Amino acid sequence: MNPAQVVIVANGGANIASLQFALARLDVASTVSADSAQIRAASHVILPGVGAAADGMARLRQSGLDALIPTLQQPVLGICLGMQLLFEASQEGDARCLGIIPGAAARFAPAKTRPVPHMGWNTLDILKPCALLAGLTDGDYAYFVHSFALDVSAATVASTAYGADFSACVQWRNFYGAQFHPERSAAVGARLLKNFLAIR
Amino acid sequence: MRDGQVVKGVRFRDHRVVGDILELAARYRDEGADELVFYDISASPEGRGVDRSWITRVARILDIPFCVAGGIRSVAQAEDVLASGAEKISVNSPALENPDLIDDLSRRFGAQCVVVGVDSQTVEQGYRVQQFTGDVARSRDTSRNTIDWVIEAQRRGAGEIVLNCMSSDGVRRGYDIAQLCAIREVCHVPLVASGGAGAMEHFTDVFQTAHVDAALAASVFHSGEIPIPNLKCRLRGDGIEVRA
Repeated sequence: MNPAQVVIVANGGANIASLQFALARLDVASTVSADSAQIRAASHVILPGVGAAADGMARLRQSGLDALIPTLQQPVLGICLGMQLLFEASQEGDARCLGIIPGAAARFAPAKTRPVPHMGWNTLDILKPCALLAGLTDGDYAYFVHSFALDVSAATVASTAYGADFSACVQWRNFYGAQFHPERSAAVGARLLKNFLAIR
Repeated sequence: MRDGQVVKGVRFRDHRVVGDILELAARYRDEGADELVFYDISASPEGRGVDRSWITRVARILDIPFCVAGGIRSVAQAEDVLASGAEKISVNSPALENPDLIDDLSRRFGAQCVVVGVDSQTVEQGYRVQQFTGDVARSRDTSRNTIDWVIEAQRRGAGEIVLNCMSSDGVRRGYDIAQLCAIREVCHVPLVASGGAGAMEHFTDVFQTAHVDAALAASVFHSGEIPIPNLKCRLRGDGIEVRA
């Protein structure tokens, strides 16, 4: 099998280095690009994202990637905000997103015992078999940092709870998503990235 | 961190070298630390930014989140630190001089990676914010009330508060529970307790009594006095959920 040609979509996020280092720890080289041809030619596309949904979408529109990404046929992995952008909309800045997966990200309701942003290690509850989750089990910890979340829906393959249950991992056709940061989720995150790269 | 090495002081003074940064980072990663915070204590008082080459070296080997603090005084400097692979940036003295920095950082990067570090001292009238604590000669009282500053920092977009209780730091008699409880009342973003950890029960106390989201410690981990796996086992036994 040819080695994976991983392209990370350059989307103005400041933390792309940590994702590249995580891939490097798996001996996988990656390219950061906003070029349509390069993204289309990749074996695997990762859509990262830190920051606000409206800003993230504005940057995708500037480079015309809002039209390209929904047409991709290879495995695509959205991480954190990148996962939220795969859905229809986000309450964050009232953003219209890529519209690939039905649903909209909503802000966590603040509560005395639950500070927002939600930051920290949460356990996964695996709801459906999915190639992304091979080798992972209920109770595995992953590192989350976010203020908005997707309800559990038809696309949800793993959930976790912060007050209510929400989507931790999703799959919709060739589009995959992790609300947590696999690049910072120790062995669990490394396994998820490895699983993603094994999807052909 | 000072000049590329890990140092630790007592009550924020008299720092001594305790180890090499990569070795310590790898050790804590393997022992199960949930997050690491790197304070460049020489950065802020001397008015220079962090030396960023070590951030990339650390980011290559760490698979857990880490935060960099010290001398970040602009959005551009923060961008460099984050681009080097850090998850979060923490601002302290520069935010006291220019509180708008918090708004600017939060707008650019999102609240989730903007930590405001607060060095706080107990005084007769309550709690007061201290500045330039990395340098004995320049360390000073700001006359800001800690509670007011924590409220303001959140309003400006801080996504996390690390409260360093200075009367407790490095003396290992336990976290300043009373002060942390007072701050918890007004802190609606994650609150991290810092300063004073000396025994495993101090960690249990601070989680159960002050309801902090995380507890930070240095001396007891650097010295090996409290191995992280033992601490986690103890916390789990005390009914506190920790990552396996």
